[in-house]
Amino acid sequence: MPLNELSVVDYLNKMNNREISAEQVLKDIFNQIDRIDKTVKSYLYLNKEEALSEAKKIDQKIKNNDIPPLAGLPVAINDNICTGGMETTAASRILKGFIPPYDATVIKRIKDAGGIIIGKTNLDEFAMGISNENSAFQITLNPWDRTRVPGGASGGSAAAVAADETLIALGTDTGGSVRLPASFCGISAIKPTYGRISRYGVIGCASSLEQIGIMGKGIKDLAILMNVISGYDELDSTSSHISTPDFLLSCREGINNLKFGIPKEFFSQDLDRGVKEKVIDSINRISQLGGKIEEVSLPNMEYALPAYSIIAMAEASSNLAKFDGISYGLRIEDSGDLEEMYLKTRGSGFGAEVIRRILLGTYVLTSNHYEDYYLKAQKIRSLIKKDFENVFKKFDLLIGPASPVPPFKLGEKEDEPLAQILAEIYTSPVNMAGLPAISINCGFTEKERLPVGLQIIGPPFQEEKILRVAYNLEQELKEINSVKPDLSF
Amino acid sequence: MGNDTVIGLEIHVQLLTKTKIFCNCSTDYFDQEPNSHTCPVCLGLPGSLPVLNKKAVDFAILTALALNCHINESNIFHRKNYFYPDLPKAYQISQFDRPLAENGFLEIRTEKSAESRNIRINRAHMEEDAGKLIHLERDGKTSSSLVDYNRSGIPLLEIVTEPDIQSSEEAIVFLQTLRSIVQYLGVCDGNLERGSMRCDANISIRNKENGELGTKTELKNMNSFRAIRQALDFEITRQRRLIEQGGKVLQETRRWDESSGKTVFMRSKEEALDYRYFPEPDLLPLFISQSWIESIENNIPELPDERKERFMKDYKLPHYDANRLVEVKPLGDYFERAAKNYNNYKQLANWILGELLCYLGQENIDIDKSPITPVALIELLELIDRGVISGKIAKNIFEDMFKTGQSAALLVEKSGSTQISNKEEIDDIIEKVVRDNCETVQDYISGKEKAIHFLVGQVMRYTKGRAQPDMVLSLLRERIDKT
Repeated sequence: MPLNELSVVDYLNKMNNREISAEQVLKDIFNQIDRIDKTVKSYLYLNKEEALSEAKKIDQKIKNNDIPPLAGLPVAINDNICTGGMETTAASRILKGFIPPYDATVIKRIKDAGGIIIGKTNLDEFAMGISNENSAFQITLNPWDRTRVPGGASGGSAAAVAADETLIALGTDTGGSVRLPASFCGISAIKPTYGRISRYGVIGCASSLEQIGIMGKGIKDLAILMNVISGYDELDSTSSHISTPDFLLSCREGINNLKFGIPKEFFSQDLDRGVKEKVIDSINRISQLGGKIEEVSLPNMEYALPAYSIIAMAEASSNLAKFDGISYGLRIEDSGDLEEMYLKTRGSGFGAEVIRRILLGTYVLTSNHYEDYYLKAQKIRSLIKKDFENVFKKFDLLIGPASPVPPFKLGEKEDEPLAQILAEIYTSPVNMAGLPAISINCGFTEKERLPVGLQIIGPPFQEEKILRVAYNLEQELKEINSVKPDLSF
Repeated sequence: MGNDTVIGLEIHVQLLTKTKIFCNCSTDYFDQEPNSHTCPVCLGLPGSLPVLNKKAVDFAILTALALNCHINESNIFHRKNYFYPDLPKAYQISQFDRPLAENGFLEIRTEKSAESRNIRINRAHMEEDAGKLIHLERDGKTSSSLVDYNRSGIPLLEIVTEPDIQSSEEAIVFLQTLRSIVQYLGVCDGNLERGSMRCDANISIRNKENGELGTKTELKNMNSFRAIRQALDFEITRQRRLIEQGGKVLQETRRWDESSGKTVFMRSKEEALDYRYFPEPDLLPLFISQSWIESIENNIPELPDERKERFMKDYKLPHYDANRLVEVKPLGDYFERAAKNYNNYKQLANWILGELLCYLGQENIDIDKSPITPVALIELLELIDRGVISGKIAKNIFEDMFKTGQSAALLVEKSGSTQISNKEEIDDIIEKVVRDNCETVQDYISGKEKAIHFLVGQVMRYTKGRAQPDMVLSLLRERIDKT
């Protein structure tokens, strides 16, 4: 087996047993990238030379019996997370050429643990989108069906994991941006509780909603990286002081007697039939494993999406105002006029979807409309939080689909701004409440053989329980998940 | 003058924390190399996040308590959104509808009025300072503009008064009183010229007959007490004239133009920005517990008013002297250091408020950098008290001390200006003066008491002022009475 197909668990085992070297694995990964990334287009930037030299250093260390926790593990990073010395664009023309002078906290933690950053992956510009088609630079294709989108916003990371162009990847999740592409690309992804992982170094889009997520081939892989990057960071005021458990340990236990709520609002007419079948199939398996299943209601869910959109756009309009051509990034200047420089730089630096959201976000924050939109959206946000709190009084976890639809065709929803948001109907309420959730591949639609993601949602800081259930289910679905996308092109 | 002037002030006070409000950069930015005190946070680089400096909150609470404000328990930071090159994030982290403190007052007393008055404080809130633009000129036009972000992220406390101020004089006294307080608290150096304290003003005229408040204008760009007084006076007169002539004051922002001595139009109400305030999602709400407030309350240092009372009581100084000594904290400190070893307090106050301030003012030197230390000053005063030198000579010696930094004793010895206390030496001179001025002596004998002063003056002239006038007088009387 080519070493780029390894899971993180197997990689670490083999490294610890001195069966492989970090350099060999990296070479296989870069071979795979060389072979297929012209087509799949997961990466915006490759850190090949530095990564290989890092790998050699780590191999040397290991020879001296000094094995760092991640032992040279190759990690791909979504391009909206700052990597010192490496171009970081958030897939926007306005940041083309921007090289951050510092590492995001998660990058620092990965490097400190002996992980290696192999490159930066594609995304919808500033993480705004569900298909990757909003990237200013390239469109990533779904490795399972190259006529379809990989999902967004963190589609590059999802495709890279699915196509064995990395062992694991980081993305960001504002309204579903790691869970949705994971669902579309048949991999697993966790969005931890808001505050579990430092946001320092994430190019902020919707500060109160977004959280770094991990995208990988297996549940234990996610747990391993969770152990490394979780925990309080003095550079992020919103990061939590709660201690980091050993997430890997949580995969050991069974799920007998856990209570699962199935929100009926997640099975409305918006849900694709093929997706629904697979999700219900997994729910039945959980029941067979000893889980107690009951239908529940989250009554305010129908207001979640509009409220989410208002908050996300409002925060984005402010967060993206700093891209003004003054001290870094793109500047278009052909007269001495400051106002004109602003207009031209921002007008041509941002893509259509970003401009649309900045305009809407600006509108809802103006003093005339603040109460009608932003304030109302915040009230709805409180109601949604309350809904979740209520059901978690009686249930351990909630289960439902990650996406209402399987991956759609390239270009299919390009001209439907609303569809861009509708795909996040089951994922964004989780961000509104700051909860942890996972998306795990639970099979393929009967008709088109497209991946389907199951979503497991937990109360704040209950990632252990989520991982435990996901791992148990993963063992059940082993056979189904042994299928790989056909990349023999 | 049928109408009243109504003034409200907005004062930005830079808090003297060691590091900036949301990052660890040093606040010691003045006169430093541009952009040398910056980091990803205060440069607003993508991905950076603010972390609140608790010391800045301490200073803000301390100041608000000294201004008799109520401290709000739950505080929220808001983003104030607008584009300007000196604002790296394109929003300023500030406070909006949940400020740190509200409903305070500051007692002021102008020189003219016998009674003190309370100026109400509407609110005091925390925010971050912006960077600074430097415009390069070529042929009298701006050729390019540079940005220095060293000031970006310096903690500010914005203090907003109610429109209780009735004249430019009161405004100045308010600001002086406030400056004195923040200096005493050690939270701000109060330097208007350097911008560590900045003041904007809202001005309107109230119709005395119907009590109606006129439209207000906002005044900006006043960088000294002098500028503030001139700008306010100009604007008050402008508005009064406009109203008298049947015109209308328009709601607008005006800028004080130092060179022309006028306030000039900046922008109208219609052009005012919508700042799109919303809660800063990158910071958690700030809860200020009662115990936090108490711990600060218990450590409020002596404030100028208390010190003034103490100076009047302990040093028996008149109100005027005490008031002037305490206004600038280092000046009061200087006095107290000297007063430790010297008990002619009134004479000490006179010299500090007279000679010392005069020379410091001429040379534009701060009191804490005075070339004459408190110890050096009392050495000089003691020479006067012991009769070694006259008060007049002491002034010359003082000047030399100020210029050279040498001690009074050394300078007195060098110049040979010790008073002549040798009676025989003076007797000789008196003998000569009496002989040379027979007529005047006769005038005195015949009852013209004043004539003797002329003779004293003559003696002083011959001794070049080194004789003690009292001694000369009594010796002269003795000599004439003998004849």
